[in-house]
Amino acid sequence: MQASRPRERRQPVILALGVIGLALLVLPLLGLILRAPWGQLGELFVRQEVLQALGLSLLTATLSTGLSLILGIPLAVLLSHSVHWKVLPRRLLRAAITIPLVLPPVVGGIALLLLLGRRGILGQWLTQVGITIPFTTGAVVLAQTFVAMPFLVFAVEGALRSADRRSELAAASLGASPWQIFRLVTVPLTAPGIAAGAVLCFARALGEFGATITFAGSFPGVTRTLPIASYLAMNSDPDTAIALALVLLAVSLGVLLALRDRWLPGTA
Amino acid sequence: MTSGTVTVLAAASLTDVIDVLAERFEDANADVDVVASYGGSSALAEQIVSGAPVDVFFSANEATMQSVVDAGLAADPEVLVTNTLQIAVPAGNPAGITGLADFARPELTIALCDTAVPCGAAAQSLLDLAGVQAQPDTLEEDVRAALTKVSLGEADAALVYVTDVVAAGSAVEGIDVPEAQQVINNYPVALLAEAPNPDAGQAFIDYLRSDEARQVFEHAGFAAP
Repeated sequence: MQASRPRERRQPVILALGVIGLALLVLPLLGLILRAPWGQLGELFVRQEVLQALGLSLLTATLSTGLSLILGIPLAVLLSHSVHWKVLPRRLLRAAITIPLVLPPVVGGIALLLLLGRRGILGQWLTQVGITIPFTTGAVVLAQTFVAMPFLVFAVEGALRSADRRSELAAASLGASPWQIFRLVTVPLTAPGIAAGAVLCFARALGEFGATITFAGSFPGVTRTLPIASYLAMNSDPDTAIALALVLLAVSLGVLLALRDRWLPGTA
Repeated sequence: MTSGTVTVLAAASLTDVIDVLAERFEDANADVDVVASYGGSSALAEQIVSGAPVDVFFSANEATMQSVVDAGLAADPEVLVTNTLQIAVPAGNPAGITGLADFARPELTIALCDTAVPCGAAAQSLLDLAGVQAQPDTLEEDVRAALTKVSLGEADAALVYVTDVVAAGSAVEGIDVPEAQQVINNYPVALLAEAPNPDAGQAFIDYLRSDEARQVFEHAGFAAP
């Protein structure tokens, strides 16, 4: 009984700081909602630049989440196997996947340009065979994947680590090939982790700004996604900028709420 | 006697010249520290209207300065320098650009500023004047972003200010446009009404008016109004 006392005394402080922390996260968004030009919102939402940016954002975020699933799940398997590796390569692998999370996205955009731009290390070869990546919708997808895939990799890796590996061993002992084990045992076993990772990845891709504007540029309907359209509109037409930001906020919130409820009943 | 920090928000195209002038001003006024921040003029004006604690605003066009004046945050802006547009191409001009007419060629990669920022508004006037239907691939958020796309060789051409071509050095070549003399961008500067350090801010503006500063501006490609 006595042991629980100090904890009770500490609680108001924890509660107060927690509430301040929450306020720091929520109040700016509340400010956005309060400042929104609600009267003209209906009219702003159907403007072509808003619809175009929304469509492009949904398309590119879906494609980059798909690309992240195809490449990120195998990368997560590799990462989870790396516990058996030597210390240095193991740490290098983890660092390589973490870097896009902590790097300013603009730097990621410059790096992509130096690799895949027309004069980039790989880009100059691609240009010779007629493939130019910068300033295309494909460049937006690549920039978003660069920034968002690590979220998926770490979510899936966490699920792999906590999953019961005995099913995989049983499948192997029954003669399943590694590919069959991956497809029929590992993926279903880690489905909640994959779903959570995909949701985070999609939400991050949707909000991507710095790497996109640096690597893909900004052109309506091709590379100007919602965050870029919102930033540009802030220069000339703050009401449209706020409307675009609200769309972005609503889509992100919708994705996070709806998908978590459907796929992760335990965490709802 | 002036002292303390002068906070300056200046158009992206002023980056190099204000960096030089700020340093010289600091050398002459040991107690003053100039902190300059650069960006698209419209974004800077938005920051000022939103309450950023700034002493001096140096805009790349008068319309943007007017939005700050209209908000009651600046009075009597003064045009200190002017700038004109020029075509920027990567060193060696790989796409063989000869004039504005090339901006209509869809197979080329063309960078322009978005019309929301001064260089984009000026570029649009110039293209209209020349009767060219440009086929841009990207509409950048400030002039330096457009210039960077050219200096990296990612864009075949961009419309930027003469001063940006000078600042980019050997990575970029400039091509004159005859009609550019009719689209002159005026750069007004103003001390802000809510300047935290108005004395030092005014002293810096006075320095920008001096003959010494004039030479630095002209060396960078700016003209007198």
